Amino acid sequence: MPQQALISADEFCTSHNIEFSYMRNLQEFGMIELVTRHEVNYIPENQLEKLERILRLHDDLDINLEGIHAVTQLLQRISQMQSEIIRLQNRLRLYEDF
Amino acid sequence: MAFIDYYKALGINKNATEKEIKTAYRKQARKYHPDVNPNDKEAHKKFQEVNEANEVLSDPDKRKKYDQYGTDWKHADQFEQQAAQQQYNGRNYDSGRAYSGGFTEDDFSDFFNSMFGGQGGGFGGSRGQARYKGQDFNAELNLNLRDVYHSHKQTLTVNGKNIRITIPAGIENGQTIKIKGHGGAGVNNGPTGDLYITFNIANDPEFKRVGNDLYKTAHIDLYTAVLGGEITVGTMDGRVKLKVPAGTQNGSKVKLKGKGFPKYKKEDEFGDLFITYDVKIPTNLTDEQKRLFTELAKS
Repeated sequence: MPQQALISADEFCTSHNIEFSYMRNLQEFGMIELVTRHEVNYIPENQLEKLERILRLHDDLDINLEGIHAVTQLLQRISQMQSEIIRLQNRLRLYEDF
Repeated sequence: MAFIDYYKALGINKNATEKEIKTAYRKQARKYHPDVNPNDKEAHKKFQEVNEANEVLSDPDKRKKYDQYGTDWKHADQFEQQAAQQQYNGRNYDSGRAYSGGFTEDDFSDFFNSMFGGQGGGFGGSRGQARYKGQDFNAELNLNLRDVYHSHKQTLTVNGKNIRITIPAGIENGQTIKIKGHGGAGVNNGPTGDLYITFNIANDPEFKRVGNDLYKTAHIDLYTAVLGGEITVGTMDGRVKLKVPAGTQNGSKVKLKGKGFPKYKKEDEFGDLFITYDVKIPTNLTDEQKRLFTELAKS
């Protein structure tokens, strides 16, 4: 398994001016994953983009946790549907071009 | 450079209170925020307009100037000179959080910059010394199906800079990949934006691609179809010999396992190649051939 870079949760919280309890809530909602090593909390690198988006939604748009949860699920669904549209468009193209 | 009606952008009238401006702004920002409208350039543009409108109308000084000059803003030169001499304290930020949705101060309109001299406070209007991620760039790359059969490196020129990227085998038409850090420069030491490349992959005249599988038609003559035989068929990675069983029907298919298209980001995994037999019926028969076919028909 490829090694994953870990970002210190404390450092992240300090630089983003948030409480760690907020991150813990996000984890409990199943919205992000956190890793604990020797009693220190870390954020896996692949969670960073998701986490930053959540913070922007929270900060910029004043959306609470439940709202962000709903938004992220809908965005995920949109993304799946967009992939499906691409797949179907490619199929359709076969009949249009041949 | 056109005048921008910030009141219209927020959907409010000119007498709107601060609270009404804030409410209208929140409503529009929720609607057009780049995070809830991924890959929607129109929404991104609209979001910038709404943000700019809020930047002006939520600041009493700026609003006053905007109202004062309004459509007559081109005569605001004197005002600009005064503005340059003043020390503005409008940028009263409290957070260092980066907004990485692709919005930078560069995104303010020429109208805004002309009137306010690039005093944009950024999204939310309360982010002084805020670090902003640079703008994300979007590009399209046109390739042939055969170009994406193997992973290969290609040099692209994006905004005058040459970058060398690896195009992974098996990429799908319409698929977008992100090249981290090749977008616009960040503001206040913010991270550099990303480059998004969307692939337009042209159909191949010989192969049809459906996901990871390929489809191809092989023409065989009537005699091979009836009596059986061997034919050579071209695949993406060379020619293969195929045994055609006696009594092969027109339109029947055979599957060549693992001779299809490479699976995206899965090394040494391939789809299948489906060959459809197209039996060619002989035309322009000689008298002798006609006689033999007639005999066959009678037998």
